[in-house]
Amino acid sequence: MSFVLYILAALTVAGGLAAVLLKNTVHCALALTVAFAGLALLFLELDAQFAGFAQILIYIGAVAILVVFAILLTRGSETPKGSAYSHSPLVGLVIAACVFAVLGWAVLHSTAQLPPGTTSATPTVTVADIGNALMTRYVLPLEIVALLLTAALIGAVIVAMHEKEGSR
Amino acid sequence: MIEKADQIFVLLGHWLVSFLPAALQQPALVLLAVVAIIVTFPALFAITVLLERKGLGRMQNRYGPNRVGPYGLFQPVADGIKSLTKEDIVPLSADAVVHFLAPVLLVVVVFMGYAVLPIGRNMTLVNLDAGILFFFAIGASSELSVFMAGWSSRNKYSLLGAMRAVAQMISYEVPLLMSSLAVVMITGSLNANRIVDAQNQYTYGLPHWYIFTPWGFAGFLLFAVAATAETNRSPFDLPEGESELVAGYFTEYSGFKFALFFLGEYVGMMGISGLGTTLFLGGYSAPLQVLGFVPSWAWFIGKIMLSMCVFIWVRGTLPRLRQDQLMNFAWKFVLPLSLLNLFVAAAWRFMGQGFLRWVVCSAVLLIAYVVMARVGMKREHFGPRSYRYAE
Amino acid sequence: MLGEGILKGLGETARNFAGSFVSKERLTTIQYPEERAEPIEATRDFPFLVYDGNDWEAGLRCVACQICEKECPPKCIYIVKSTDKKPDALGKPQIYPTRFDIDISVCMSCQICVEVCPFEAIKMDTEFELSTTDRFGGLLYDRAQLARSNEYYHSIHPTEAAEVDARLAEEKVKADEKAKAAAAAAAAKAAAAAKPAVAAAVPASSEEPATKKPEAETQK
Repeated sequence: MSFVLYILAALTVAGGLAAVLLKNTVHCALALTVAFAGLALLFLELDAQFAGFAQILIYIGAVAILVVFAILLTRGSETPKGSAYSHSPLVGLVIAACVFAVLGWAVLHSTAQLPPGTTSATPTVTVADIGNALMTRYVLPLEIVALLLTAALIGAVIVAMHEKEGSR
Repeated sequence: MIEKADQIFVLLGHWLVSFLPAALQQPALVLLAVVAIIVTFPALFAITVLLERKGLGRMQNRYGPNRVGPYGLFQPVADGIKSLTKEDIVPLSADAVVHFLAPVLLVVVVFMGYAVLPIGRNMTLVNLDAGILFFFAIGASSELSVFMAGWSSRNKYSLLGAMRAVAQMISYEVPLLMSSLAVVMITGSLNANRIVDAQNQYTYGLPHWYIFTPWGFAGFLLFAVAATAETNRSPFDLPEGESELVAGYFTEYSGFKFALFFLGEYVGMMGISGLGTTLFLGGYSAPLQVLGFVPSWAWFIGKIMLSMCVFIWVRGTLPRLRQDQLMNFAWKFVLPLSLLNLFVAAAWRFMGQGFLRWVVCSAVLLIAYVVMARVGMKREHFGPRSYRYAE
Repeated sequence: MLGEGILKGLGETARNFAGSFVSKERLTTIQYPEERAEPIEATRDFPFLVYDGNDWEAGLRCVACQICEKECPPKCIYIVKSTDKKPDALGKPQIYPTRFDIDISVCMSCQICVEVCPFEAIKMDTEFELSTTDRFGGLLYDRAQLARSNEYYHSIHPTEAAEVDARLAEEKVKADEKAKAAAAAAAAKAAAAAKPAVAAAVPASSEEPATKKPEAETQK
């Protein structure tokens, strides 16, 4: 069981490392996609079907493509003039260490909240349960997120339209 | 006897696996099913390629290929031998790793989609609770392989083709999801087997397929349009436009990799036809109750081949759409109609049984169709040209 | 309405598909090596030389006037005149070509040689399956390869050949009449020259037409 977890974790970490260390930006984007796939597999390993498939659909099917488009439509695909790595690695290291510490504390603290004697990872949650929760308990966050997405969509259309009109 | 014919592959699988020790039986059964899928669908692909060339030929007042075997039946064999023995040319400046991985990713992704389709009664490879979502998630990953193919060739025209293909696939992804969402909503489950079971009932001998309902018919048409665009099939095949961009994003591929792309495209077409069959055409159920003696897997394969024939028919009839016409069509016509279809399906559900809901739903959809056609598909009137120069 | 055109198009394609199995007009393909399309009469490919009668050397209409050689745009004809003469269709001794080569890899089938030939000696053939494996000599046709009989000409271009024959017959008739008139004039002259012998003139003039006529008949 945990053997599979180690493999998936290794895959995700390798993808993330490659995304940071590779020189060619499009290669980095593809390595990031591998990291996303690793995350999705981790979700599926934990029996969270909806989360796993949604991760694949949204991250690999949309976000990765968005990242790649952004790289291609700007000048990201050319090799950088200066060094590809940051000029102040120490600051970056400190920030990364802080973030890791916070995340680790949150994870460990949350498992401490579980009642003693819990052996299974998560309760089986079906898509119907998620749908029910979204429609009853979490309906306000759903509507707020919908509003946010609508605003983003309208903003994108307005920006594109203004560009078109700006050229006339 | 009929039960045996229906379940013959399941029984065969269990019999073959019974020779192994008990611990290995379940994985071996899964492996056997995977091998069966990997063997069956490329065989159907060969038949489809032959059907396409002969069918397109007849529609265009000519014979198709008729020299290789009797009536040209061995043409796929000749094509296979040709693509296997051609020299595999990789451009010098191409990105070798990505160039190699693109067809591999495409083929892996399209074959994975078959895992959740109910090919017959008890013949789903993996009975996932969120099966339909899995299929769409996997289908979305195939866009990445298209982009990888176009970019790694270091060829401006390939890249252009890949960008167009990805834009097209993303645009039509949303109507595809929306039109199948109506089915999921009415059935109440994302499980493919539950959806087929809901359609496998008969009233006076006629089936309860969703295509026979107003919202199902509209949904099927929208799904068909979106599926044609997702698989880059004529009339939406501008990215691989044979007369414009040579072969678009797979220009630089030769030999077996090209054959893999070709295989991936057709197998993807069959997969999405399989999904359409599951959602709208009742999956493996027979059209009339009296025809229930024909095995369920035969109905499923038959419906997939019928969808292939319709794809070929449409290819032979319609001219190619231009990129901006394609995108306009997606965002201004298909997407609003599929959203409306969702509402109409909800109304259908809440109106209860009876004649009224048929009339109301059909009327709403028809009026919306005519209005959208007038409004959304207005032809542009070109004024004086304005030019925009690249910075 | 939107979609009407698509449905009509689909119907047309379906009609084509179904009709291609039953009617010839929906499937107009001719399977080439096994079936051949009927050529129309005015088909032309490469020139050939016409000969009358059975012996191609004796009956060859060409008199080596070299007009076609001079008029040919890509200059694919090569003619060598003979040094002796042989009698032609009208009985007059004519020179003939000892060499008449056409390089059909150069010939562009423009038919100018046919148009300018005053003797109806060179006409266009309809053969096109002429590929050979010999690149240089195989497509160079000499006199023997180019000579085809008048019956062959009738078989490939019937109306044209009939016209040509009618024209040639007309010319022959005219030539005969001229010859007859010339002979009659010569006879009259001879009769006039022999007039001083008045006693011989009358029976001579009545004899001359009688002896001239069988000669004209043998000349035909």
